[in-house]
Amino acid sequence: MKKIMLGNEAVARGLYEAGVHFISSYPGTPSTEITEFAAKYDEMYAEWAPNEKVAFEAAYGAAIGGGRAFCAMKHVGLNVAADPLFVSGYTGINGGFVIGVADDPGMHSSQNEQDSRHYAIAAKLPMVEPCDSRECKEFAAMAYEYSEKFDTPFILRLTTRVSHSSAPVELCERKNVPVRDYEKNIAKNVMMPANAKKRHVVVEEHLRQLTEFAYDCPFNKIEKNDTTLGIITAGNCYNYAKEVFGEGASYLKLGLVNPLSEKLIREFCRGLEQIIVIEELDSVIEDFVRKLGYDVVGKNVLPNIGEFSQDLLRKYLLGEEADSSMIADEIPPRPPVLCPGCPHRGTFYTLKKLGVTVYGDIGCYTLGAVAPLGAMDTTLCMGASISALHGFNKVRGEEGKSVAVIGDSTFMHSGMTGLVNIVYNGGFSTVLILDNSITGMTGHQENPLTGKTLKGDAAPYISLEDICAALGVAREHIRVVDPADMKLLETTIKEELESDVPSVIICRRPCALLKGVERKPALSVDTDKCRGCKSCMKIGCPAISMIETEKGKKAVVDPAMCVGCGLCESMCAFDAFVK
Amino acid sequence: MNTKNIMIVGVGGQGSLLASRILGAAAMNAGYDVKVSEVHGMSQRGGSVVTYVRYGESVASPVICEGEADVILSFEKLEAARWLPYLKIGGTIVTNVQQINPMPVIIGAASYPDEIVEKIKALCVDIIAEDAQAMAKEAGSEKAANVALIGLASHVLGFDRNVLRAAVEACVPAKAKEVNLRAFDKAQEKIG
Repeated sequence: MKKIMLGNEAVARGLYEAGVHFISSYPGTPSTEITEFAAKYDEMYAEWAPNEKVAFEAAYGAAIGGGRAFCAMKHVGLNVAADPLFVSGYTGINGGFVIGVADDPGMHSSQNEQDSRHYAIAAKLPMVEPCDSRECKEFAAMAYEYSEKFDTPFILRLTTRVSHSSAPVELCERKNVPVRDYEKNIAKNVMMPANAKKRHVVVEEHLRQLTEFAYDCPFNKIEKNDTTLGIITAGNCYNYAKEVFGEGASYLKLGLVNPLSEKLIREFCRGLEQIIVIEELDSVIEDFVRKLGYDVVGKNVLPNIGEFSQDLLRKYLLGEEADSSMIADEIPPRPPVLCPGCPHRGTFYTLKKLGVTVYGDIGCYTLGAVAPLGAMDTTLCMGASISALHGFNKVRGEEGKSVAVIGDSTFMHSGMTGLVNIVYNGGFSTVLILDNSITGMTGHQENPLTGKTLKGDAAPYISLEDICAALGVAREHIRVVDPADMKLLETTIKEELESDVPSVIICRRPCALLKGVERKPALSVDTDKCRGCKSCMKIGCPAISMIETEKGKKAVVDPAMCVGCGLCESMCAFDAFVK
Repeated sequence: MNTKNIMIVGVGGQGSLLASRILGAAAMNAGYDVKVSEVHGMSQRGGSVVTYVRYGESVASPVICEGEADVILSFEKLEAARWLPYLKIGGTIVTNVQQINPMPVIIGAASYPDEIVEKIKALCVDIIAEDAQAMAKEAGSEKAANVALIGLASHVLGFDRNVLRAAVEACVPAKAKEVNLRAFDKAQEKIG
């Protein structure tokens, strides 16, 4: 049977068919759906962990315990999980272990554009890269076989276009793979210097074997055509190359992108007059091929920034431009915005009004940086809001004029240690935890604070207030406010900025898009009362615009978008918004 | 056959993902190879979103580039203009006439171009502009606007009517099936 599947759904199917037992992940675009789809199979245990390091280690533990295990993350998640990643190759595994990592060339939903292939090289681990949904399923499943054969974790590298493109996939049955026996083995699994020295030798031996394997492994493919032009490529770039060159080139499509086989590349290049290496982001394959002495076309022509396409290859490699038409008007950009009714809107408006420095974090609320709110000074990575604010305040002494802003899921991910650092080192910064009862940006995933697991089961209640208290913040400086009440929020922030002890303000209101959140009737504008003062425009609600009427400029509410949150009512001095 | 390229453009939250799944299912059921490429994550939050559907005997790339789209299905006028360069010479745009102001327009930093449909027409581009919301509302729910838009484009998408209708039926939630099929039929009748 064939089914159209998203690349990520196909990876989940591959896990299912390979008989995987255990999956632990932290959500991150573009990797999130792998774990969501995997959770739909009753035969596999799947969970959200609080962060990628925990997810990796949980999956590693499951593999050492003899199960087939998997964890998924986005590229920056692999930075968080890098510590165990580098050592996991030393101990090896027991049951097969595959780490799914999704890069985001073009930064559709990311803060940087890193190339995860460098991790495979640095950690000396094999990495496979599928080019479409069909290969997503096949590579994910096959990786388990070889993970067990070579006693090493495999990395499955995806990119946004592969993760989020759909294509027909042939479905197979699930393999029944029993959990392997576990035997205690201190020399292999306890990584302290004496043991690790011996295991490093094994890692190098594995790499040598894998390099031999790379010569004729089922992940790589050569397509010979009657031409002297050869293209070496991997992943989705293969599809772009095929689109442009068709049968006018021979292809070495690398599915195993680490390690690479010198013998295979030399064999492919024999007799070719021109070799082009096509890869997004960094010149990983190209550098290898150049080291073998081949003069190739690669990053000297093609960019190392952004996503590729057939159009981009035509432009850079063939000098061809597309034929198209356009109207003369300037097209205003349409950047993403906080949704109508978003609980973060009131918080950022208040912060802007107070004129404080805002150390931001990763989530929907990063959009608080966008005009007209513009209420954010920095965003670096998950959890950095709290820890970086501490450093900022230690050198500037601006505890009374600055806050950190972090979401509930991000706080659980890596915000807690930053808060401990403030308490431990005598800081007295103010931290706002925006608790919208869900992991929002990635599309509503449960987290340790939502009371539900990935599989939909009830989870024990974990109290954010109790965590902050346990980390050393005084109970009277852990405040809980509904951010829709902007007056109370403003007073609370002012009070805590004035205090000389660490403080946490929990801004608690569920995401407006959550199921079960009441959607109130849309508001409308009484045009007799509206004076066109544009006060309501300061909150940047996409449902409100100003229009020219016969009575002059007036605010107008789009009834299809308005969810009746009432934030605009509190902005209006003339009671012009009516229910 | 050559690969057929269909783009679905709109504003995050308008239901373009469902529309792309319907077209993907129709292509597979008609026996073609197909690739659909979507956008998830931050851009979905009220931003400009684009989905690519490509089908034919064998499809390599999942994306559509400038000058390649046979059809652009647009959920919003400004988005039709934004993605116009992606239309192939001789291609067709089917657009909803809805106007959703982007934030730069709302805060007065930019203006929404006037008479977009007329200006596109003036470039000799084949454009169908209809109020898909109104048609969907007439059928029973504004939410079916995406399916109404597919109905309006049914003559240029390259599928047999029944294949397309069956794909709508298979992809929409069970409780919304009747409304969506009504919206599809009404829209298709309108276009003839």
